[in-house]
Amino acid sequence: MATTQSYYVPEQSKWPIIATVGLVTTLASVASILVDGAQGESTTAAWVTFFIGATIMAYMLFGWFGNVIRESRSGLYSQQMDRSFRWGMSWFIFSEVMFFAAFFGALFYARTFAVPWLGGAGDRGSSHMLWENFQATWPLLNNPDPATFPAPEGIIEPWRLPLVNTILLVSSSVTVTIAHHALKNGHRGQIKLWLAATIVLALGFVFLQADEYIHAYTELNLTLRSGIYGSTFFILTGFHGAHVMLGTLMLTIMLIRIHKGHFDPEKHFGFEAASWYWHFVDVVWLGLFVFVYVL
Amino acid sequence: MSAVIDTHTEDHHHGPAKGIMRWILTTNHKDIGTMYLVFSFTMFLLGGTMAMVIRAELFQPGLQLVVPAFFNQMTTMHGLIMVFGAVMPAFVGLANWMIPMMVGAPDMALPRMNNWSFWLLPAAFTMLVSTLFMKGGAPNFGWTFYAPLSTTYGPPSTTYFIFAIHMMGISSIMGAINVIATILNLRAPGMTLMKMPLFVWTWLITAFLLIAVMPVLAGVVTMMLMDINFGTSFFNAAGGGDPVMFQHVFWFFGHPEVYIMILPAFGAVSHIIPAFARKRLFGYASMVYAVGAIALLSFVVWAHHMFTVGIPVAGELFFMYATMLIAVPTGVKVFNWVATMFRGSMTFEAPMLFAVAFVILFTIGGFSGLMLAIAPADFQYQDTYFVVAHFHYVLVPGAIFGIFASAYFWLPKWTGHMYDETLAKTHFWLSFIGMNLAFFPMHFLGLAGMPRRIPDYALQFADFNMISSIGAFMFGATQLLFLFIVIKCVRGGEKAPAKPWEGAEGLEWTLPSPPPYHSFTTPPEVK
Repeated sequence: MATTQSYYVPEQSKWPIIATVGLVTTLASVASILVDGAQGESTTAAWVTFFIGATIMAYMLFGWFGNVIRESRSGLYSQQMDRSFRWGMSWFIFSEVMFFAAFFGALFYARTFAVPWLGGAGDRGSSHMLWENFQATWPLLNNPDPATFPAPEGIIEPWRLPLVNTILLVSSSVTVTIAHHALKNGHRGQIKLWLAATIVLALGFVFLQADEYIHAYTELNLTLRSGIYGSTFFILTGFHGAHVMLGTLMLTIMLIRIHKGHFDPEKHFGFEAASWYWHFVDVVWLGLFVFVYVL
Repeated sequence: MSAVIDTHTEDHHHGPAKGIMRWILTTNHKDIGTMYLVFSFTMFLLGGTMAMVIRAELFQPGLQLVVPAFFNQMTTMHGLIMVFGAVMPAFVGLANWMIPMMVGAPDMALPRMNNWSFWLLPAAFTMLVSTLFMKGGAPNFGWTFYAPLSTTYGPPSTTYFIFAIHMMGISSIMGAINVIATILNLRAPGMTLMKMPLFVWTWLITAFLLIAVMPVLAGVVTMMLMDINFGTSFFNAAGGGDPVMFQHVFWFFGHPEVYIMILPAFGAVSHIIPAFARKRLFGYASMVYAVGAIALLSFVVWAHHMFTVGIPVAGELFFMYATMLIAVPTGVKVFNWVATMFRGSMTFEAPMLFAVAFVILFTIGGFSGLMLAIAPADFQYQDTYFVVAHFHYVLVPGAIFGIFASAYFWLPKWTGHMYDETLAKTHFWLSFIGMNLAFFPMHFLGLAGMPRRIPDYALQFADFNMISSIGAFMFGATQLLFLFIVIKCVRGGEKAPAKPWEGAEGLEWTLPSPPPYHSFTTPPEVK
């Protein structure tokens, strides 16, 4: 393997420091909005800095990714560079898996240990003395202390909207794979078609998820404040939904790049990374569908 | 698989830019490594100052200097700053400097992301330290931020603390991804995995641990954020949650985290001891497998931090035995270091002094860890100064001595000058004595029943606390000497050859001292 390839080490770059300034401005503003808001103080200034921070972040994302795309298209990236990107994306997705693992862990712990113990079962059943009228069930439709945490009146029926959403997401994983094969075979018309179909399915998912949230909040009293069932339900589906939107944005950018004539059958890692991410989002949903909605 | 640096643009590649913008915009692994190390030492002094406040208050029984509320903020911030600001960035700095040189690469795999990883840290710590000046004060619930202390009863600044942790986490994850990509993709031709230097091996495994557990930390602080600001009940039993669940998720991160802080030191010591014993490392392959075993076991021992919270007996037993298992691979490593020294032609320059002290004192910390692992005995030790003694013995002469050993070992390579050996040895002996004076009496205090995290104590603990404080002041003041030695070494001194240590081995010593701006422009061949 003595082929001499060049490994591109970029010049100095302004994007990382812009990203730092953008991120710290955004997060400090959000913290200020939450803390000052809770104390009844004015949050106007914090909202202004929040939008400034968010704008800096958006500018940075356009600029940094634009920079990378230009470098890639001018042929600076070797095979070896491509492998670095692949490792980078794979481990990033692994870190995302572990992020969701924390919330799944919370769900399993609450169901298997915390709630039954509060109901008097098992090794730590003595905690039942805290709220003696509490009966452990799952889904948890009666909370230990209903005055503080009013329980939900019902849960989302899994075999209706969530099932449709499962079908939508699984199909979108298939369509993005068909688009990938079309890209590898050089059928550019087909890529556009199948990628656009993927995005439509993704938007359908987001729309139905929003509808489900409205239903939960307005009719079922299933909210963030309705105890551990609502807490785990919304943190898992909420972060998943946010990832779906991010994935949709990535796929949309790929569609725009296809229209601009980017990618060739051999080199198209940007597209592959977006599709890997999309499959990851899909797999997380399958876990959600089984453990949050069905079981 | 080889890497030649791309010189597509004019002269910029031959040297660094000038002025402050060199450091802000840099993509160079050495510049970024230097910034990490400087940042880490700054945080070490800041966290150390807080430790001095703590020890000054504990110098005598009674309340003298600070109010209890501020004392709690000091213990919390000391822990957070030392863990996330001093130890972890120091190892990332060493990784940045050494890994590309050790594997024969021109730079890190993803240089711009490398810069972002670094600059997030000063931003995150500015946010964290600023909480000291906020209404209600800084976080005061201990570095482990257990719910409900941190949720229901925490100060308003907790929300800022959460976002600071998020930024540190993003920084660590990106840094770890960079390390893994560099190691897996940029090794010189011929360098198979089992020919990699041990520092590279330990960092590969550390990076894996970071990517696996930093997102879990992000998850747990996110749940805190929701509980505090959005009315969820993850850690509130009134809504069906559980404060103990916080501890499970936190320690699932927290236990691998303590190995994140020690494995790179294992790697560095495995370079330093062979160099000064002038012998090959004893049992290279078993060292690699031992680190792998420690890393895997670190995922199944977390509840040994929680023996007294009320977990089922089966859980107590499982976590007790799993924890004791870790002594096996750790014992393999200690045995191998000692066997490497056995009948070697040893000399005791500063790096070797720190490395030998590391082996002995870390083992003491390991043994007190075994005592704590015994669940029924832990019921006595829990939340006493014995625990404080234990983890300071693994972190100070473990992680920090490992960092000092590495710094002296590689300073000639980094600066091109030899450091002042006499001063360095003075630094070692003062640190060694100061640190043992500070932390050894804590074992006795803990066994006698002194609880941790209190600003005042019963009179019978007075003598040992005074000795401990004197040792702490000595250790703290000595670190200013280290600063002086490093500055002196950077500014001048005897010229260092490419390989200043007779027994050292590895690609980094084939480069001149100091090395060129881009380490290996053509990859070396490894036989």
